[in-house]
Amino acid sequence: MTISVLAVDDSRTMRDMINLALATEGFDVALAEDGEHGLEVLDGLAPDVIITDINMPRLDGFGFIDAVRARDDTRTTPILVLTTESSAELKSKARDAGATGWIVKPFAQDKLVRALRMVAG
Amino acid sequence: MQEIMASFFVECEELHEALTDALQMMADGEHDVETINVAFRAVHSIKGGAGAFGLDDLVSFAHQFETVMDGCRSGDLGITDDLVQLFLRCGDFLSDLIRCSRDSDDINTSVAEGLIGELAGYVPDSGDDGPEETVDFQPTTLSLGDLGPGGPALDLPADLPPLPDLPPLGDLPPLDATAHPDTATTGPRQGLSVTFKPEHELYESGNEPLFFLRALADLGPCDISLSFDAPDDLVDLAKSGHRLSWQIDIDTEAGPADVHEIFEFAVGLCQIDVTERTAATAADAAPDLPAPPADDAPPPDTPAPKITTPAKPAAKSAPKTATKASPTVRVDLERIERLVNLVGELVINQAMLTQSIAEENIPPNSPVSAGLDEFMQLTRNIQESVMMIRAQPVKSLFQRMSRIVREASTAVGKSVKLVTEGDTTEIDKTAIECLADPLTHMIRNAVDHGLESSEKRLETGKSKQGEIRLAAAHRSGRVIIEVSDDGGGINREKVRSIAESKGLVSPDAALSDSEIDQLLFLPGFSTADAVSNLSGRGVGMDVVKTQITSLGGRITIDSVPGKGTTFSISLPLTLAVLDGMVVTVAGETLVVPVNAIVESLSLERKDLNPVSPGQTVLCVRDQFVPVLDLGRELGYRNAICVDDGAIALLISPEEGILVAMLVDSIEDQRQVVIKGMQESYGRVPGVAAATILGDGKVALILDANDLVQNAAGANLTEAERKAS
Repeated sequence: MTISVLAVDDSRTMRDMINLALATEGFDVALAEDGEHGLEVLDGLAPDVIITDINMPRLDGFGFIDAVRARDDTRTTPILVLTTESSAELKSKARDAGATGWIVKPFAQDKLVRALRMVAG
Repeated sequence: MQEIMASFFVECEELHEALTDALQMMADGEHDVETINVAFRAVHSIKGGAGAFGLDDLVSFAHQFETVMDGCRSGDLGITDDLVQLFLRCGDFLSDLIRCSRDSDDINTSVAEGLIGELAGYVPDSGDDGPEETVDFQPTTLSLGDLGPGGPALDLPADLPPLPDLPPLGDLPPLDATAHPDTATTGPRQGLSVTFKPEHELYESGNEPLFFLRALADLGPCDISLSFDAPDDLVDLAKSGHRLSWQIDIDTEAGPADVHEIFEFAVGLCQIDVTERTAATAADAAPDLPAPPADDAPPPDTPAPKITTPAKPAAKSAPKTATKASPTVRVDLERIERLVNLVGELVINQAMLTQSIAEENIPPNSPVSAGLDEFMQLTRNIQESVMMIRAQPVKSLFQRMSRIVREASTAVGKSVKLVTEGDTTEIDKTAIECLADPLTHMIRNAVDHGLESSEKRLETGKSKQGEIRLAAAHRSGRVIIEVSDDGGGINREKVRSIAESKGLVSPDAALSDSEIDQLLFLPGFSTADAVSNLSGRGVGMDVVKTQITSLGGRITIDSVPGKGTTFSISLPLTLAVLDGMVVTVAGETLVVPVNAIVESLSLERKDLNPVSPGQTVLCVRDQFVPVLDLGRELGYRNAICVDDGAIALLISPEEGILVAMLVDSIEDQRQVVIKGMQESYGRVPGVAAATILGDGKVALILDANDLVQNAAGANLTEAERKAS
C-alpha cells in the first residue's frame, strides 16, 4: 500500500528535500507552503500522514495542527513536526499541540522514512 | 541532490532579500511582531536548509542570529538602534556566508566570531542550547470526551445488560518476562522483554500501537501477547485508562536503547518497561509453563481491537489534488537563454520570409501577405513575452547597494541614508548582474567624494545625514537608473586642474560645465587627492562607463554646485532584440537603433551649411545642428555626399543636444537580433553589435551616441592641434 504524505513547509528547499527523500521510497507526496495552504490541500486529500514545519507565515505549525485536529476526517491522522530544535521543551510543545511525533532537522532520509513508518505503517 | 542544493541557494537569495527588507523596516522604526517574524523565519529557513546540506558554519551563525531575533520576537529583548544595526551587519555577513558556502570559498572566521560574540552579548546564557536531551514527557491531558466514530458513546442506557462472560483473562500468561513462555526451543540466547501499555493519549496523538509492535519485530523474532483488562460494562470502558497491554519478547542482539528509540513518539503516552533477558533467565523461563489456552483467549498476536485503532481518514479515495498551482515556476536560466536564442532565430527567419515574399511580388492584399502580417505581429508578441521572462525587478540589486552604503559610510565615517525608488522596475536579468559592479563603484564614489563631511554639511545648512538616492524607472523604451547624492556637487575647478595636470586636457581648451563633468569618465582620472581605501580601488569612472556602454547603455552626469550630483544610466529594455532602422550608406547596410533616433528628415544639398573645413551644420527649424556623415565617419567615403533622397537622422546624445547623422536612404524599420561582436572583435568604436538581415547578410548595429562622441573627441583633438 502506498502511503500518502502531506508535507507542509514554507522553505522550498525543505519541500524539495522531503519530496526527494520520500518519492524515491515510494511514498505519495503532496506539498503545501504553509498552514493555510496545507488546510486547503486537505480539503481534497486525505493523507495517511502529515509532516509540518513550525515556523511558517500565514498559519504556523501549531495553528495548523490545531486546525487539523479539529477536522473530523483528520482528527487522528498522524502528524510529524519538523523542528530544528531537539529540545524537550519544543517536543513537548509539539506534543501538546497534538502532534504524533517529530523529526529533527536536518534529517537523514532513512530517519525520516523510519519515523513515517512508525506512525503510518 | 546537487539540484536541490542549487535551488537551496536560490531560495537563500530570496530569503535573504526578505530578511533585508524586514531588517530595513526595523531600521526605519517598524518594530511590530510580524516584521520580526519575517526576519526570523528567513534566517530560520536558511539555517534549516543549511543543516540539511551540512553547511555547519552557516548553521551555527544563523543559529546565533536567530536566537537573538527570537529574543526580540518574544519580547524578552528590546529592539534598539544598535541591535538593528547589528542585525543589518549580520544580514550582510549572512549573505557572504551563503555565497562562500555556495562557491566553497573560505569563510572569514574572524568576522563570524566577532559577530557571533556580539550577538551572544544579547543572549543571557547563550551557547547552552545543548545536545539532544533525553525527552521525558509527562502524560498530557487530552479530552477523551469524543473518541470519534467507533468510540463508545458515553450516554449508554442505564439498563444496559452486563457484558456476557468474557473468557477469564487471568488464564493468560502473566506479563512479567521471566514467567512468560519462550516459544523458541533452541537453547539459551539473548533477548529483550518489553511491556507496552498504551494510555488513551497515545491513540489520541495519532500513534498506532501496531506500528510499534511491527518496529519491534524488525529487531528480531518476536513473541507477542496481548492482555485485555476487560471492563465490567461498556460504560467503564470509556471511563478508565489503558485496557490493552502487550508483552513482547524479542530474540535480538539489540539493547534497551533501541527499544526506547522505537518508542520515542510514545514517551509519556504509555508505560514501557524493557528488561534484558540474559541467556540464563531465558532458559529458566522456557520449559514448564502452560501454553496459553488457545480456544478461549484472543490469539496473542491479534492486533488492537477495533475501537482503539485510530480512525482512518474517511475520504481515502478522494482525488489527490497534490500541490496547489504555485504562482511561480523556477526555470533554469540556460533554458531561457535557449528560448531567447530561438526567438532570435525566429525573428531572423521571419525577416527572411518577408524578404522572399517581397521578391515574389505578391500583392499586399493577398492572403499570403495578410498571413505574413499576422505572423510578424505574433513574432513580436512572442519576442516581447520571452524578454519579459528574463526581466527582473531591480530590487535585489538595490538591496545589495544598501549594504554598500552601510559599509562605505562606516569606512569614511559619514552618516548616510540610502533612499530607493522604483525598485519594482524590471530589467533584463543579465543587465542586473552586469550593473552590480558599476553601481557599487558609483555609490562608493558618492559616499566618498560626493557627500561632504557631517561638519561641512551642518555648516552649509544641510542635515547632518547625507542622502543617496537610487532610482529606477522606465522612460521611452529604456530603463533609467539614477544615482544621486545631496552633496556638494562636482568641484569643476578641481576636476579641470586635475585633468590638466594629468595631461588629459589642454590648459587653454574652452570647456563647458558638462564637458568638464565628462572628464570624470576619462581613463586614469581620479579626484581623490590621495587614493582612499574606499573608492580608490584602481577602478575609475571610465571603467563604469565602459561597463554601461557594453550593455548598450549610456551614462550622463548632472551636477549642481552645493546641491549634489546625479549620474543617470540609461539602458535598453532588452539585450537580445532591438528595433532597428535599416539604412544604407555608401552601399553598406547598417542598423541604427530606433530609440536613438529623435526624428528623420529628408535632405537636399542646400540644407547643409559648411561652417569650416570638415564642419557642416544643418538648419532644423531655425536651429543649427552639427552634421555627422556616417559614410565619412566610418571611412566609406572621404567627403560629405548628399544625393537626392538623402536622409538626416536626428539623434540626441544628451538632453538638449541634437546631432544630424547623414545616411543615403532608409530601407526598413524592423526588429533585429543582436549578435554580440565583443567576444570576437573586442570593442569597436561606434559599433554596438551586429545582426543578420532578412537576406542573410550581416549588418552592423551602430552605437549612435558613441559615434557622436568619437566625432566630438576628434574635433576636440583637432582643435587642440590647431591651438598648439
